[in-house]
Amino acid sequence: MKKMSVLLAATVLASAMASAAWSKTLVYCSEGSPEGFDPGIYTAGTTFDASSRTVYSRLVEFQHGKTEIEPGLAESWTVSDDGTVYTFKLRPGVKFQTTEFFTPSRDLNADDVVFSFERQLKADGPWAKYVAGVSYEYAAGMGFPELIKSVEKVDDLTVKFTLNHPEAPFLADLAMDFASVLSKEYADKLQADGKMEQMNQMPLGTGPYTFVAYQPDAVIRYKANETYFKGKEKIDDLVFAITPDASVRAQKLKAGECHIMPYPNAADIKDLQTDSNLKVLEQPGLNVSYLAYNTLQAPFDKAEVRKALNMAINKQAIVQAVFQGAGQVAKNPIPPTMWSYNDDIKDDVYNPDEAKKMLEKAGVKDLSMKIWAMPVSRPYMLNARRAAELMQADLAKVGVKVDIVTHEWAEYLKLSKDKARDGAAILGWTGDNGDPDNFLDTLLGCEAVGGNNRAQWCNKEFDDLVKKAKKTADVAERTKLYEQAQVVFKKEAPWATIDHSTEFVPMSAKVSGYVQDPVGVHRFDGVDIAE
Amino acid sequence: MLRFLIGRLAILIPTFIGVSLIAFSFIRLLPGDPVMLMSGERVMAPERHAQVMHDLGLDRPVYVQYLDYLGNVVQGDLGSSIVTKRPVLQEFGSLFPATLELSLCAIIFAIVLGIPAGVFAAVKRGTWFDQSVMGVALVGYSMPIFWWGLLLIVLFSNTLHWTPVSGRISLMYFFKPVTGFMLIDSLLSGQAGAFKSAFVSLILPTIVLGTIPLAVIARQTRSAMLEVLGEDYVRTARSKGLAPIRVVGLHALRNAMIPVVTSIGLQVGVLLGGAILTETIFSWPGIGKWMVDAVFKRDYTVVQGGLLLIAGIIMIVNLIVDLMYGLINPRIRH
Repeated sequence: MKKMSVLLAATVLASAMASAAWSKTLVYCSEGSPEGFDPGIYTAGTTFDASSRTVYSRLVEFQHGKTEIEPGLAESWTVSDDGTVYTFKLRPGVKFQTTEFFTPSRDLNADDVVFSFERQLKADGPWAKYVAGVSYEYAAGMGFPELIKSVEKVDDLTVKFTLNHPEAPFLADLAMDFASVLSKEYADKLQADGKMEQMNQMPLGTGPYTFVAYQPDAVIRYKANETYFKGKEKIDDLVFAITPDASVRAQKLKAGECHIMPYPNAADIKDLQTDSNLKVLEQPGLNVSYLAYNTLQAPFDKAEVRKALNMAINKQAIVQAVFQGAGQVAKNPIPPTMWSYNDDIKDDVYNPDEAKKMLEKAGVKDLSMKIWAMPVSRPYMLNARRAAELMQADLAKVGVKVDIVTHEWAEYLKLSKDKARDGAAILGWTGDNGDPDNFLDTLLGCEAVGGNNRAQWCNKEFDDLVKKAKKTADVAERTKLYEQAQVVFKKEAPWATIDHSTEFVPMSAKVSGYVQDPVGVHRFDGVDIAE
Repeated sequence: MLRFLIGRLAILIPTFIGVSLIAFSFIRLLPGDPVMLMSGERVMAPERHAQVMHDLGLDRPVYVQYLDYLGNVVQGDLGSSIVTKRPVLQEFGSLFPATLELSLCAIIFAIVLGIPAGVFAAVKRGTWFDQSVMGVALVGYSMPIFWWGLLLIVLFSNTLHWTPVSGRISLMYFFKPVTGFMLIDSLLSGQAGAFKSAFVSLILPTIVLGTIPLAVIARQTRSAMLEVLGEDYVRTARSKGLAPIRVVGLHALRNAMIPVVTSIGLQVGVLLGGAILTETIFSWPGIGKWMVDAVFKRDYTVVQGGLLLIAGIIMIVNLIVDLMYGLINPRIRH
């Protein structure tokens, strides 16, 4: 008998050890702490990586590695002829995650979808300000409160969105992080218990990974969602090791302390590429950086002057100096990975002599101007000060004197949108949803003057094309309109388009199935790791 | 002694109010506001900006906000972070043990190495030992923390594989914090190897954070010892025929310790300052990194609350240092 129990104990121990050995853990050295875990109330990619892309799912999703849409929680949808009514059929049998803190009693249904959107739209609902200072910034920024007239439950598995006007990018918007679907049952329970703040601390959704624990500034732990509607992930445990310094992330990757890292230093990339235990994925980012002239002020109100200045700037040299080659010169305001990118457009050739002549012809002499350089490093522009200095030297060659101006970041964002801004400002943009509208209308449309339109440029021809495309559902038709809009943009040159940066994701050679995401988030569904 | 203590405690109150005022106003003097930074490059409509500022109570006159804040602080409520929405006190409580653990290890490291080095350098004044200790101390004092940290990581973690690159403990250990001190929690967890992992993880950050205090303490000890060793009573002790070790260790060192203890007390501020960089390099989840992030995001409540708590701790440490003078040198008590 004693022997028997020893044997039994040994078997139990062995199987426990085997299961421990077989548990596959993927460690991701993330670049910072999430601000919280409710994707509705934040706008930062770091927060989305840790919340919406792991724990939650949406009605529709971006195809892995693309900006096209595929079914998510909705298995199908229809759009009314006038483009204002979207009806979604939900996938039946989708389970919410079971966690230590909550056990769901029912599957996903239309109530969850209605709740997830209404909390962001209705200013007087109980969830509108569930913790002091909560605001649904992304939904507001995308114009959802004005766009969406109603979100209604038709039956348990059917939801109807009615819009105030047709909006072609709406489907793409629904694949964005803030449109993640939460559990109404969980929300009701938290509300009843007076613990609403927990929604932002202990997330629960239908996504590929289940939240386990978060130690601020240190570690976030997830495990594979056993009931994930697309099937359980191959990784058993997903760990975010929060590592704010990029050099240290690279060292951790090399030491095998993590398997994937985002945002390497440009200077570290060569070293990581030559390490045989690692591989470095790269793709052009969905971004652009630009120098926006203030087109309301003379002489920058003349297209020929702007054009001449563009020709005086050696963009290739800037990309080389700032990105060490890890970027490409931009000729259009949208990145080349985006649909409707017009590759037929010819960039303004770098030609100081010609530029000088053009300036003389336009009657511009002894011009002195200001160039605003951002004080921070952003993915689309790592060092604006350096870029501004290079522009300063280039423009000096055509007789234009440049003073470089900078402000603290928040101040920079505020002052640069001023219509009376003195000087041209360097800034950039990273796409939200892969839709060209998100660049062309958001950054260059007439309504954005005094706001996101840093060039203060309102051109009727351009604006009409972009507005028309926004109301058209047909993608081929939209593509044509956006291509034409890019021609107008190039002719008018409200910006000097500078670059599209390349995004790198270094990882262990053991990792497979990781696909870079064009909208810049980091997804771990479909990822596997060799033992 | 009691009067001394009460006197010192009474000074704390105006100091505390002064600190709260400074913390409150300085963060507001920085351009920009937390709401503007919430939306990044995307421009927020002015009406919406005003609405969110109103929701946060930031549109009220600053003195009203301050008085309101002070009223809450007196009741022990430091408010909630504007960014994470969690109570400031709770965040501080969960992060401070990490900073404290690291700072304590760093200061112990600095004292244990710094005092003997300073004493020997003083005794062996002018020899190669003295010269090299002071040379190393000067280098240590001038070493940029960021560079020094990365250098150690490349050497010990990636070349020799002796220590982990960063973090407080290997990710394979997972237990709920009890005290927040990883060395203690790892023992309490009962998981084999956890303590060793926590200990090894502490080595590099301790060296990096302890380097400047070590240099300061060694130099301070040396100069204080030199002064004391030239005093009459030391000569008397020597002429009595006392063993050199007793003369140096008992008679001289005890008197030389007063300025050294002062400088150790002052190192607390240096440690908290150095912790910001050390914590960033070693992904150490402490309050240094937390405060810097809060400044960048204009998280007013965190900056105010954090500064208040840190200032409170420094004041208490200084009080303890003052009390220790009395123990080391009874003359000061009177």
